[in-house]
Amino acid sequence: MTEPKVLEELEQVKNAALAELENVKDETELLTWRNTYLGKTSAVMKAFSSLGTLVPDQRPLVGQGANRVKTMLEAALTEKTNLLKESAMAHSLASQSLDVTLPGRVIPRGRLHPDTQILRELYRIFGDMGFQVYHSREVESDEYNFQLLNFPVGHPARDMQDTYFIDAPNRGDNPLLMRTHTSPGQIRAMREFSALNPSDPPPVRIIVPGMVYRYEQTDQRHETQFDQLEGLAVGERIRFSDLKGTLTEMARRLFGPNARTRFRASYFPFTEPSAEFDIQCFQCDGKGCGVCGGGWLEIGGSGMVHPNVLRNGGYDPTRYSGFAFGFGVQRIAMLKYGINDIRYFWDNDLRFLEQF
Amino acid sequence: MKAPISWLKDFVDIDLSISELAHLVTMAGMEVEEIRVIGLPMPETGSTSARVTGLAWDPNKIVAAAITEVMPHPNADRLTLCRLFDGQGERIVLTGAPNLFEYKGKGVLPVPLKVAYAKEGSVIYDGHQEGYVLTTLKRTKIRGVESDSMVCSEKELGISDEHESIMFLEPDVIPGTPLVDILGDAVLDLNLLPSYARCASMLGLAREIAAMTGKKLKLPTLPLTPQNGKAEFASIEITDPNLNPRFVLGLIRDIEIKPSPFKIQHRLKLAGMRPINNIVDATNYTMLEIGEPLHAFDYDVLKKRAGNKPVKIITRSAKDGETLITLDGVERKLDSGTILVCDEAGPLSIAGVMGGMESEVNENTRSVLLEGASWNMIHIRRTTRAQNLPSEASFRFTRGVHPAMAEKGVKRGLELMAAWAGGKIDPLLFDNYPLPPSAAEVEITPQDVKRSLGIDLSIEKIAEYLKQLEFSVKISGNTVKAIAPDHRLDIGEGTTGKADLVEEIARIYGYDNIPETRISDLLPIQRSNLRLVKEERTRDLLVSLGLQEVISYRWTTPEREGRRLPPGSEVDDKPYFRIANPLAYEKAFLRHSVLTSLLDTAERNSRRYPRLAFFEIGPVFLQSEDPSGLPDEQNRLAILLAGQRNLQGWQPADTGTMDFYDLKGILTSLLNGLNLDHAKFNAAKHPTFHPGKCAVITVEGQQIGVVGEIHPKVREAYDWGDTFKYPILAADLDMDLLIKLIPDLTKTADVPAFPAVVEDLALVLDETIPADRAVELIQQTGGKLLSSVRLFDVFRSEQLGAGKVSLAYRLTYQAMDRTLTDNEVSTLRNKIIKRLEYELGAKLRS
Ligand SMILES: [Zn+2]
Repeated sequence: MTEPKVLEELEQVKNAALAELENVKDETELLTWRNTYLGKTSAVMKAFSSLGTLVPDQRPLVGQGANRVKTMLEAALTEKTNLLKESAMAHSLASQSLDVTLPGRVIPRGRLHPDTQILRELYRIFGDMGFQVYHSREVESDEYNFQLLNFPVGHPARDMQDTYFIDAPNRGDNPLLMRTHTSPGQIRAMREFSALNPSDPPPVRIIVPGMVYRYEQTDQRHETQFDQLEGLAVGERIRFSDLKGTLTEMARRLFGPNARTRFRASYFPFTEPSAEFDIQCFQCDGKGCGVCGGGWLEIGGSGMVHPNVLRNGGYDPTRYSGFAFGFGVQRIAMLKYGINDIRYFWDNDLRFLEQF
Repeated sequence: MKAPISWLKDFVDIDLSISELAHLVTMAGMEVEEIRVIGLPMPETGSTSARVTGLAWDPNKIVAAAITEVMPHPNADRLTLCRLFDGQGERIVLTGAPNLFEYKGKGVLPVPLKVAYAKEGSVIYDGHQEGYVLTTLKRTKIRGVESDSMVCSEKELGISDEHESIMFLEPDVIPGTPLVDILGDAVLDLNLLPSYARCASMLGLAREIAAMTGKKLKLPTLPLTPQNGKAEFASIEITDPNLNPRFVLGLIRDIEIKPSPFKIQHRLKLAGMRPINNIVDATNYTMLEIGEPLHAFDYDVLKKRAGNKPVKIITRSAKDGETLITLDGVERKLDSGTILVCDEAGPLSIAGVMGGMESEVNENTRSVLLEGASWNMIHIRRTTRAQNLPSEASFRFTRGVHPAMAEKGVKRGLELMAAWAGGKIDPLLFDNYPLPPSAAEVEITPQDVKRSLGIDLSIEKIAEYLKQLEFSVKISGNTVKAIAPDHRLDIGEGTTGKADLVEEIARIYGYDNIPETRISDLLPIQRSNLRLVKEERTRDLLVSLGLQEVISYRWTTPEREGRRLPPGSEVDDKPYFRIANPLAYEKAFLRHSVLTSLLDTAERNSRRYPRLAFFEIGPVFLQSEDPSGLPDEQNRLAILLAGQRNLQGWQPADTGTMDFYDLKGILTSLLNGLNLDHAKFNAAKHPTFHPGKCAVITVEGQQIGVVGEIHPKVREAYDWGDTFKYPILAADLDMDLLIKLIPDLTKTADVPAFPAVVEDLALVLDETIPADRAVELIQQTGGKLLSSVRLFDVFRSEQLGAGKVSLAYRLTYQAMDRTLTDNEVSTLRNKIIKRLEYELGAKLRS
């Protein structure tokens, strides 16, 4: 039996199609190719439609042959299509490259004031040790700012805290004033807590942040309004050694695990024994430098709560003891961020604030 | 207080280096601020934070010398040439010192003058320049005479400010001796805290050093005469023992006023006092040595004032308006807070502060009545401040000097006067001592020490520490009974006394030696501080919305704050809390408004920044009804927004100007973030804001604040420079109220599992109808199945007609339990449209 002629022709068409496909350059040419070789009028499709005119025993033979050619051409088409797509993509990518060194679009960003940032760090540090934030007012009476803290009227210790007084008539020995320290918060907190159970007052462990005011000329290191953080722990077993441990812990958390503290005897009417506490200079590791002078940075005051102050807060000094401390928050921020002038803080110059 | 170490050594042996001593004293509570070196080698700073100043004298170059002849300079009247012997040979030295003129041209001096001589190459201070500037001596020619060395003034050596005259040394010094071996010293300048009055003397400081170093204190012995009693030469009347617990008088006759001995003058200078004459110097020296300020009266002046009557001293309060000319020549007007020392003719001196001119010791004085007294420290402090007369005496009296010191002071003062001025001391004192303080007696146990300090100390150790500080101590059983010594008033009794002793023990034990422990006491019940949490959450949200936090000074002026109210509108007539003693008028008033702090901040930054976006949370200070008189410190939140919406980049991005809706958007996001979802903005009038661009914000039925564009007239009251042309947007909120409204707990809705149906609805409405009204009706009608309504387009056009506006909303329909059918949605839509048509006259835009 001889091969039908039509198969031979299909074979030639196929070879011609594949050869032509090699030269197709773009999608338009590909469409033309597809219409020519796989379209309704193409040789392959005609071969299918002419099956009915063939003698029956040749039909399967031609049908299968046409099918084979069609499949082959379709596969070639798919392959070519993919090839063209990829080359088009490569071409387009090549033409789309940017200068990545041009600046990005600026999205305005908000910032917390550096004072807020440092306060939050302190809240965390003391929060971890069980100290809770207690809020106390900024305008105070002489009674709370001084008398209840063991500064009697006319006491020379008052000269240590130059005070802004408020014009208010007829107040005698109890004028209004801008608080000179956050320590009135000690009395207000102790009174609030001891009132909960006067015969068996609960232990106290608080920090009191807030603005304080001193009547003094300002310079790079001195502000007349500044933020202070007060700490107070009162209980039946609070000792000076705990005070040292607590403040050393703070120093380590703020300035690194090797930070060291030093306590010097001092005098504050509301604590006894009283101590100034210093942190070893982290710039020079205590060798002495331009920042510290002798290797130590003066940070704040501290001590064991004076029995009179405990009593004024509703805590019996024969049963309870306590420690207290206070320091300038800006001082810490200045050390941590290398800020040279304390007057930057409330001046609200964006050129300063934008750096945080 | 300035303490020369050589003087301290009168009372205690010191074998520490200068910086070790400074460190020790500082750690024990007496902060050494400065170490001034006098000739000695400069010390290492070590661990003291004290400033080190002063000058080391080269022992080979700066030596004692003897001037044997003072000769005139051939070419200059105001210069002389000194022939001097410096231990090695004879030199001719040029000088202009005026105190050599009297010897000029007198030939060889019978007694050579001993001086400090600096050879070529010496480093000294320049005596002719302001301040202390170092200079090195070099060979020069002055008016034709060679000069390579000099005889020194005190300033050139860093001893005092005296720079014209040269310094004379004691006659017995041997020429050639290095000057540092004769006068080398160091002065500790201490900052003494109010409770350390007992240390305000050489003896007091030496006592502390002895206790800390375990050395023996060399107490001075007082002379046997005069004895205490009731002398005849004068009497004393104390009108109020509370003001004047003790008054002691002594008398010395036939003295000769002249300069004090060299060594005394030198010590006084190092301690910061100017030598006057032997009598005044004796009072000052006694005060510096043992801590009791004394006052010397010219006895003959008092006798003259008394006429034929015996001298009688009276202490009393001044009468208001009474005057006294003090020894500085100033007529002082006094008030009843001042204590006076008087005689029967009137005031003599301001007690404890300053003497009067008339009875002051002068060069003709022959007899001295010496006062040692004890005064009420509060009155002395008030007078010192009122008269602005701080002095060495008032420094001590305002901190409390024990009355026992009055007698010791007078005895020591008379002894020194007799030694330096000759004369005869009256054998008796007159002592009026109506109010002796009781000596504090305190009991303390090792358990007390452990409870407070956390250290174990034996009872013997406690007793030993206190004994070193001159407490008298008795151990009985487990208790130390301590009686405070008669030089200190700072020891209390009972629990206070215990605390006082614990402090003394801690100081001597050394704060450094106390361990660091963790708190072992009961952890208090931890309460959440919701106020703080909510305030900080507000800050975080505002920062996330692109705002910069600022914190302002609390003070302002009514004028500055008044700018927020345009002329002709209402005024802020609420009274201000005003500072009585402000640094400046600009810092005298506590603010009423945080918004004005932000306007000030914006004004200052507007020249440099095209976009301003700030907020501040802080108090204002308002009058309150509270009987305490304290202000209502209301916490406010203010926000300010102005300028370009985006920071300008290099692409043609949106650089539009921010308007009301930018700020409203921020507020909406803020409230949303605080879980306050149903805030209402209603048009309102407020003098600070543009009448058509202002709203009050209502949350849960409560007005929390106001928002709007700043009124152009208010804007004009600020200086925005030439470039900042933008409208200012601001909000002023009640932070306390906001915090109250923020819910502690919130609920979360489920994420829908069924598809939503979204469609748009464009309405044409009268412009007078607030957009909010349409949304309300849509939501009410849509009910639970309408999950969101969002406005996405607003426009006006001629086609719509005047006074009409088109609002386009995107509605999302959603059921949680099923997919909504077309039928359900169209029913709902028709209901919504009907309601809008009926209630608002809305028309659907096709
Ligand atoms: Zn350093």
